[in-house]
Amino acid sequence: MGWVWKSLNSSIGKKLVMAVTGVALMLFLIIHLAGNLSLYGGSKAFNGYVGLLEMIKPLIRVIEVILALVFIFHIINGVRLWIENKIARPQGYTINGSRKNTDVFSRTAFITGSIVFIFLILHLQTIWYKFNYSGTELDLYTITTEWFTHWWYSLLYLIAIVLLGFHLNHGFQSAFQTFGWNSKKYFPLIEKLGTIYAIIMTLGFGSIPIYLYFFGGK
Amino acid sequence: MEHKKLNLTLKVWRQHGPKTPGCFVTYPIAVSPDTSFLEMLDEINNELEKKGKEPIAFESDCREGICGTCGLVINGQPHGPIPRIATCQLHMRNFKDGDTIYIEPFRAKAFPIIKDLIVDRSPMDRIMEAGGFISVNTGSVPDGNAIPIAKEIASEAMDAASCIGCGACVAACKNASAMLFVSAKVSQFALLPQGKPERYQRVEAMVKVMDEYGFGSCSNTYACEAECPKGVSVKNIARMNREYFMSKIKG
Amino acid sequence: MVKLDAKVPEGKLEEKWMNHKFNMKLVNPANKRKYNIIVVGTGLAGASAAASLGELGYNVQVFTFHDSARRAHSIAAQGGINAAKNYQNDGDSVYRLFFDTIKGGDFRSRESNVYRLAEVSNNIIDQCVGQGVPFAREYGGLLDNRSFGGALVSRTFYAKGQTGQQLLLGAYTAMNRQINLGKVKLYTRREMLDIVVVDGVAKGIVVRNLITGEIEKYSAHAVILATGGYANAYFLSTSAMNCNATAIWRAHKKGALFANPCFTQIHPTCLPVHGEGQSKLTLMSESLRNDGRIWVSKIKHDMRKPNDIPEEERDYYLERKYPTYGNLSPRDISSRAAKEAVDDGRGAQGKEAVYLDFQDSINRLGQKVIEERYGNLFEIYETITGDNPYKSPMKIYPAPHYTMGGLWVDYNLMSTIPGLFVAGEANFSDHGANRLGASALMQGLADGYFVIPYTIGNYLAGDKPTMVKTDHKEFDKVKAEIEEMTSKLLSIKGERTVDDFHKQLGRIMWNKVGMARNKKGLKEAIKEIAGLREEFWKNVNVVGDSNDVNQCLERAARVADYLELGELMALDALNREESCGGHFREEYQTKEGEALRNDAKFAFVSAWEFEKAGKWKLNKEQLKFESVKLATRSYK
Repeated sequence: MGWVWKSLNSSIGKKLVMAVTGVALMLFLIIHLAGNLSLYGGSKAFNGYVGLLEMIKPLIRVIEVILALVFIFHIINGVRLWIENKIARPQGYTINGSRKNTDVFSRTAFITGSIVFIFLILHLQTIWYKFNYSGTELDLYTITTEWFTHWWYSLLYLIAIVLLGFHLNHGFQSAFQTFGWNSKKYFPLIEKLGTIYAIIMTLGFGSIPIYLYFFGGK
Repeated sequence: MEHKKLNLTLKVWRQHGPKTPGCFVTYPIAVSPDTSFLEMLDEINNELEKKGKEPIAFESDCREGICGTCGLVINGQPHGPIPRIATCQLHMRNFKDGDTIYIEPFRAKAFPIIKDLIVDRSPMDRIMEAGGFISVNTGSVPDGNAIPIAKEIASEAMDAASCIGCGACVAACKNASAMLFVSAKVSQFALLPQGKPERYQRVEAMVKVMDEYGFGSCSNTYACEAECPKGVSVKNIARMNREYFMSKIKG
Repeated sequence: MVKLDAKVPEGKLEEKWMNHKFNMKLVNPANKRKYNIIVVGTGLAGASAAASLGELGYNVQVFTFHDSARRAHSIAAQGGINAAKNYQNDGDSVYRLFFDTIKGGDFRSRESNVYRLAEVSNNIIDQCVGQGVPFAREYGGLLDNRSFGGALVSRTFYAKGQTGQQLLLGAYTAMNRQINLGKVKLYTRREMLDIVVVDGVAKGIVVRNLITGEIEKYSAHAVILATGGYANAYFLSTSAMNCNATAIWRAHKKGALFANPCFTQIHPTCLPVHGEGQSKLTLMSESLRNDGRIWVSKIKHDMRKPNDIPEEERDYYLERKYPTYGNLSPRDISSRAAKEAVDDGRGAQGKEAVYLDFQDSINRLGQKVIEERYGNLFEIYETITGDNPYKSPMKIYPAPHYTMGGLWVDYNLMSTIPGLFVAGEANFSDHGANRLGASALMQGLADGYFVIPYTIGNYLAGDKPTMVKTDHKEFDKVKAEIEEMTSKLLSIKGERTVDDFHKQLGRIMWNKVGMARNKKGLKEAIKEIAGLREEFWKNVNVVGDSNDVNQCLERAARVADYLELGELMALDALNREESCGGHFREEYQTKEGEALRNDAKFAFVSAWEFEKAGKWKLNKEQLKFESVKLATRSYK
């Protein structure tokens, strides 16, 4: 199996790792959003959904481990690429022309990813960890809505989500390009789908802090 | 037509050798808008030579945008602000009176600077030597019309083959990746029936050498296509990725 | 006096090459690896020769002054490559291609060589297709053809407007394969500065490493020069900036005869000069003449814009003078006609330019068709000139483009120095006094793929040359000479720049050894060039030093050679008292102003022997025409 490892460490292999993990995370986001939207249904709906997940806790734990691995691969690989790519150009240009030949989403993928990562840690700490490991008696709905009463937390969440949208807008079409699915006929459609996906994710996740902050939930 | 001369300030990267540090040197110049960018540098060099000073070292040859020898980064853009042309085809009428123009060499770890604006792009040839060919000996081929090739396929192969090997894709890419260059050749031969027998060895060999020279990875920002003087499409990169995966899967 | 033996094989024209191939000695396959061959130049001829020789098993060392073998100027050829495939069923044949080429060259080339060229033309197409050259195809998937100047059949194969590029990349990839296999070793950024001749036989070369400045020595059993033409003697030409005659010129000075130096081709469709700072001229593909009509105003000094000149006041002079071929008349004729119009004061808006108009074709075929055919050329035109050719006619003017002359070679492409072979534009062999469009690519590849690989084997197996080590005293002597010349150039520290001398030489050449020449002008040119050369060696300023990248020094050495070659071109033109092909002597023309050949006195190749700068001895190779009848070339 040495060839697999070797192939994944080639320049194209590393792209593949980014793309496969990225797609897995994009699928996760869809499920995560679907679940989160139950916040609009109030504490009963949301906690009901959480209860459902609690029922299959062992399975969730396995998924969490896989998800963690996917995240770690995506992040480590991304950081590694970023470092290697910096090394590939030891001296930069005095005038940066990249604004003229690239779009903002692609150009900033590493930065948006990094900020989303910082947010992710905060997000896990404040919600996931608190619910699972802090020994609290509170239900998840209360924990969540509590946080969103703080304007700074809501704002932080909102900014992170917008940046996530940027990241996704690049990631979606980028994954298809990496897989080699770039046909003249379908690629424009894929790019549109990517943008639609990114917008839905941004609006979906982004509406929650606004809703919870201003209306405090039911 | 006689146009008014443009007064420009050029900031040109001067560097005596690969190991010596470089810096920008300022040259003010008044130039006719009908002059080409490289002719403007010729004028400066002529003036420098007259004063017994060393001219700015830069490379160019055909001055028709096909040989791929020239390549300057002009205000941050390889081959300058006009899309789909090489530096030698850029004319001064595209600049405004009073402009300041920064002229830098292509920058990449794989392209060390030789002198001033000249860089060493030989890694691109090393990649080609690794597999960018179809193994046929002189005289061993069938009649030219023995293999019909659909017009669209031939055109697509031609579009990929139009790469002039200038290295602007590497210079433009924020990662100094050579994927567009390599994929153009991989694509041309993967599309044509003549190239299919060796397609998987080819892509593996070429990517291996590309990686050895320390070009960066592709992060799909497509600056390469935007700056390519021949508009070689990033679809070729997608095709190369596919070829590469297939080569690995098929062993 | 050198005895010129063209070594043309016996037998009927059609059988010469076949017989010769059979009669040539072969090198035992196991022994091929014992032979080293040097190839200088990586254009079509050089790269294809290096690849083919490597495939055969020889050890090949190939040299280029470029940073990459792919940059050679063959890459800039736009239009296409001829071959006698007769895929269009329009009556083409090997004989017709041969005849068109001989006639196009105004009966000043060797029949046997030209026939061989036509014969192998078909193999070239097959070879290139096999290498993956993406030639244009028809909807049925078969190869497409277009027509070209000087022919009434469609025999030109093309790859968009980038045929030279694709063919060169084909040869380059074939050579790369041999580099990969270890049979060819590539030396880039090396400029050949001399050949080394030991006991009258070519044994190696001396080059300057353009990065370190070091003078390096390389030896071999045989040397092939494929270093292109010398059109840059005119300073402004369509040749690339770095194209130069140094390799062939230094070989000439070491004993290789230079043939027909005055046969230069002025290409009719180039962009006009824009001003003093112009560094080179840009060719617009001749294929434009398929759908473009060439005209000037009937009125002298007409300063109106072209679209304001009504139809009846336009003179479509090529269609008028040459009704059969019209706008597709051969290059020399079209160029001269443009010059006549301009000399008559009818140039476009008073400039040295004529109009190339697509309006009729756009009306007839629609803009879309024209865009498909010439879109990229129109874009280039607009990029350079700022004018849109869909809306108003292009302005074009002739420019030096190709040199039919070159080192004299026999049927085996060997020069008068045994062991020194010359291929492609660098030799004089196939185009006579004028080259037809799409034939340069054909000749370069014919020489490299299909001629030299055979004939060099015959030399190696027959003459059994030995190899001399690079520590031989002759190598050291040549190296010392080069170093001396270099330090001399650097020590002059005069007042004028290298380009300044080059430009002045170019003006003399263009005005007096250009499209139309006369005795008085040529004599003046000879004197002026000799004077300029003298001044050069006293007053040039070459800055920088010799142990570093020094482009100024590179150019200086090249210009030094042009200053000698230019004089020989003028001398040859003066000596040839007739008009033929690209060589038009004003004294020798018909009443209608057409070229007047003198077959009785001048049906020979002028092969000049170098004695010292400014002094040459003329040798003649009489041309025998056994298959074609000498006739006045008519395109009417």
